[in-house]
Amino acid sequence: MKFTPFGRAAAVATLAALTLTSCAVNEMPGAATGNGAATELTGTLVGGGASSQQSAQEAWVAAFQGMHSAVTVEYDPAGSGAGRDTFIAGGSAFAGSDRAFKDAELADEEFTACVPDTGLVELPAYISPIAVVFNLEGVDTLDLDPTTLAGIFSGTITTWNDKAIASQNPDATLPNQTITPVHRADDSGTTENFTEYLNVTAPDVWSWEADGVWPDAVKGGEAAQQTSGVIDAVTSGTGTIGYADASRSGELGTVAVKVGDEYVPYSAEAAAAIVDASPLVDGRGEGDLAIQLDRATTEAGVYPIVLISYLIGCTEYKDAETAKLVKEYFSYIVSEEGQKVSADAAGSAPISAAIAEKSAAAIELIK
Amino acid sequence: MSSPPVARTESAQPPRPVQRLGDRIFSTSTLTAGALILATLAAVAAFLILQSTPALTENPEDISIFTSGETFWTYVGPLIFGTLWSAALALLMAVPLAIGIALFISHYAPRKLAQGLGYVIDLLAAVPSVVFGLWGANTLAPLVQPFYLWLTENLGWIPLFAPPASGTGRTILTAAVVLAVMILPIITALCREVFLQTPVLHEEAALALGATRWEMIRMTVLPFGRAGIVSASMLGLGRALGETMAVAMVLSSSGVISFALLTSSNPSTIAANIALSFPEAYGLNVNVLIATGLMLFAITLVVNAIARYVINRRKEFSGAN
Amino acid sequence: MAQTTTAPLQRSGSGVGPGRPNPAPGPGAMPNVYASGRLGKSVPWIVLGVSLLVSAAIFGLAQAASGGDFNVVGTIVLTGLLNGIGIYLTALLVEGARQAKDRLVTTLVTSAFIVALAPLVSLFITVLSRGTARFDIQLFTYSMRNIVGEGGGVLHAIVGTLIMTGIATIISVPIGLLTSIYLVEYGRGALARAITFFVDVMTGIPSIVAGLFAYALFAIFFGPGIRLGVAGAVALSVLMIPGVVRSSEEMLRLVPNELREAAFALGVPKWLTILKVVLPTSIAGITTGVMLAIARVIGETAPLLVAAGFTSNMNYSPLEGRMQSLPVFVYSSYVSQGTDAQAYLDRAWAAALTLILIVMALNLIARLVARAFSPKLGR
Repeated sequence: MKFTPFGRAAAVATLAALTLTSCAVNEMPGAATGNGAATELTGTLVGGGASSQQSAQEAWVAAFQGMHSAVTVEYDPAGSGAGRDTFIAGGSAFAGSDRAFKDAELADEEFTACVPDTGLVELPAYISPIAVVFNLEGVDTLDLDPTTLAGIFSGTITTWNDKAIASQNPDATLPNQTITPVHRADDSGTTENFTEYLNVTAPDVWSWEADGVWPDAVKGGEAAQQTSGVIDAVTSGTGTIGYADASRSGELGTVAVKVGDEYVPYSAEAAAAIVDASPLVDGRGEGDLAIQLDRATTEAGVYPIVLISYLIGCTEYKDAETAKLVKEYFSYIVSEEGQKVSADAAGSAPISAAIAEKSAAAIELIK
Repeated sequence: MSSPPVARTESAQPPRPVQRLGDRIFSTSTLTAGALILATLAAVAAFLILQSTPALTENPEDISIFTSGETFWTYVGPLIFGTLWSAALALLMAVPLAIGIALFISHYAPRKLAQGLGYVIDLLAAVPSVVFGLWGANTLAPLVQPFYLWLTENLGWIPLFAPPASGTGRTILTAAVVLAVMILPIITALCREVFLQTPVLHEEAALALGATRWEMIRMTVLPFGRAGIVSASMLGLGRALGETMAVAMVLSSSGVISFALLTSSNPSTIAANIALSFPEAYGLNVNVLIATGLMLFAITLVVNAIARYVINRRKEFSGAN
Repeated sequence: MAQTTTAPLQRSGSGVGPGRPNPAPGPGAMPNVYASGRLGKSVPWIVLGVSLLVSAAIFGLAQAASGGDFNVVGTIVLTGLLNGIGIYLTALLVEGARQAKDRLVTTLVTSAFIVALAPLVSLFITVLSRGTARFDIQLFTYSMRNIVGEGGGVLHAIVGTLIMTGIATIISVPIGLLTSIYLVEYGRGALARAITFFVDVMTGIPSIVAGLFAYALFAIFFGPGIRLGVAGAVALSVLMIPGVVRSSEEMLRLVPNELREAAFALGVPKWLTILKVVLPTSIAGITTGVMLAIARVIGETAPLLVAAGFTSNMNYSPLEGRMQSLPVFVYSSYVSQGTDAQAYLDRAWAAALTLILIVMALNLIARLVARAFSPKLGR
């Protein structure tokens, strides 16, 4: 056929282009190795799950691969549900999930990668505080109790100078302006945790059950895609209020929520404190640190609107090499350094020393 | 296929063409390729139906993407509404504009410039939809937001402009504007071609009778091109119905059915909803999303089939082709 | 004689009939009876200038009064409105109602074109101004592996795009070309009609549905949750095939029958005639069509998002693991920005700029090929 000259030229050009540019500079062997010290570990570790952990996992993977140059860690941010399913099916060695496995699931499911009946390791390793952010001229912080917050987001409180808000914020000058609540349009762990908080602390006003999808029954309010969409919407609107990962709150005003008798502003320590203030789920194995979050806690200095994402692995792997990798990787994540890396990259709240100790003990069980 | 292809026989009574092996292989392979296309289309339908059935047969309580009490039909209802509504709005804006542009290029612009101007409009078709999405969300939405605010304040009594105005401008009207821009080149290109095929004698006859240019266009070009305009609009409609990324990135959506154009509660579209939900979907949620995709497939299939039917009928009658 | 779809522009109303304003009579000349009661050539421009001045003055005053920015968009819109009204009234007074309507329509049609240019210009300005921030060497030499925050590049996405589009081309071109040969050279009767009809219908398949199809197909063999580069390629070829069929069919039909008949008369078998005579004659047009089809699918996001997923690592194997592509990269860095949002946005815009440049280049090359080789056909 006549087009061979064409085709050949094109093929040669493509090949040349591919070979010239194919190796990404940062993926060349030796590129990422800051210090090639501990390199007895080799192999590929595959995990997947919660997209909330994506930024943190990227940072952990980058640092971990820097320490062990012969190791490749792949984290697939396919979502918590997909992550748990893949883990059950044995497609991944560990899962990231915005919730721990339920008792029923633990009883029914057969975890393919694990030695049967050995139980799981579940670590609350990623704590992401959710800030309630707002954009109101001349106001930087607001004190709100859960009932008011639920009223605002359910559309029963519609103006900023409503008595319910004004009575809690005597010092702030509140304009007579319509409130535009902004919520997530997509299915997200942030929404699930936020609605759970509202449902638990203000069940009279917020009667809808916790769900990753914003309830359709709630009238009004603006929907936005993903965290960045919410931040965009709150920033570019006026009189807007929304909820988002605290790390993205930036210049926006944030709400101090009422816990017990005082108003607690968001801070990393206060957010991490809720994990300590909450009991573990009963009847779980030794390595299972699944937490029964006590959102209605009255303990001082605790910020209750947080998203906790778990790292889930087996206590006993069928494959010893995998076990070694998981153990090392988990240990790095819960270490002080690992938590600092994720705090820098993803704005998570570092876990408290007590939880870090418990986690380390749980990781010791992995074999 | 058993029947051998018959070679073209223009001259009178040629001898029966010799069937060579090469001929047979070649014609069979072309036939296979053609049949493969039919098979592909059938496969698209078959696989979608196969993967959709669980969404309809399983207990809706087990499907986590549904809020409690929701079934597949209440889930997909607002999406279908949003798809049709946004596409209709886009069409409403794009068609008059496209006819204007097509006329400008075919009958108004200086002849030397006309082809170049056609290319310029075609450039719009070359922009990937994801770039339109970026542009719509970052440039267009903030630009039109003050205008929306003004509309709701002054014309809020019209149901379409019911307040409150969205604080970000990411409403269904903005999405429809982006859609309109995206389907503009398609409709324009087809209309332009049809307008250019108007018989010159008709036009000259009209002008010779003393018609102004506009009267000439109204008397000859538009009647001649009517079927073409209809089918071009239908093709544009098909494109607007299926457009995904631009809507997903621009629209701030929630599952409502509402005709209000400027508020922040907008119905989503099927395609945008799939794009947003699919990356994190698992289990039965995937089947639900595929089932909504099947609905979209059915809708666009009908629209396109009608468009093609109109085009083909026009071909037979007008003799223009 | 075959009718091309891109028929040369033969007519333009100007030059014929009363649509053209006659020049004003010179000094001392006899008054031209044909020009009486007509607007001079310069009048529309004067009306336009006056409208511009008036609306600029209005918005200038508004700005002075309220102290905001000068409203450029408002000025242009008002100018358009005033111009339309002005030209209509002027013509109505001087030329009568019919001419006034004609002039009004001329204004409307011209402004329709200008309105369509506005988004195009705005889009290119935005992409250029925001895309250049990160349009550097690192963008083309780095992937996103181990990149946190700033830096990083899109090489993995470019490679993924090339691989998937390449495979899609390899699948679509033979099928599309052979089908078009069937339609032009062999096909008669119901089957050919059915294929023509369904190819047309296939043109209208929403891209996301093609993605879902590819996903559903591969999910059956590899289990749910599968994302593969080759699945993305299959989705793209579903979108690409109809384009290739339509354009090649058109080109093959342009080949004069005399060429075929001459070959038959020399005793050349039909398949050789097609391979050695018909195809070489139309190869330029077919190449153009294929390149335009590639340009169309290379910018597709939705099917790849669904079928091939996204990743931050380089992946050369279409048969294993997720594969990133440029459009999906743009989308995913836009929707999931990390802590350092600006870095993600800059990368998204830079990738968008790269994508536009690639698509433009493909279009340009396609047109050049068409222009360089098509005169052979003598049309």
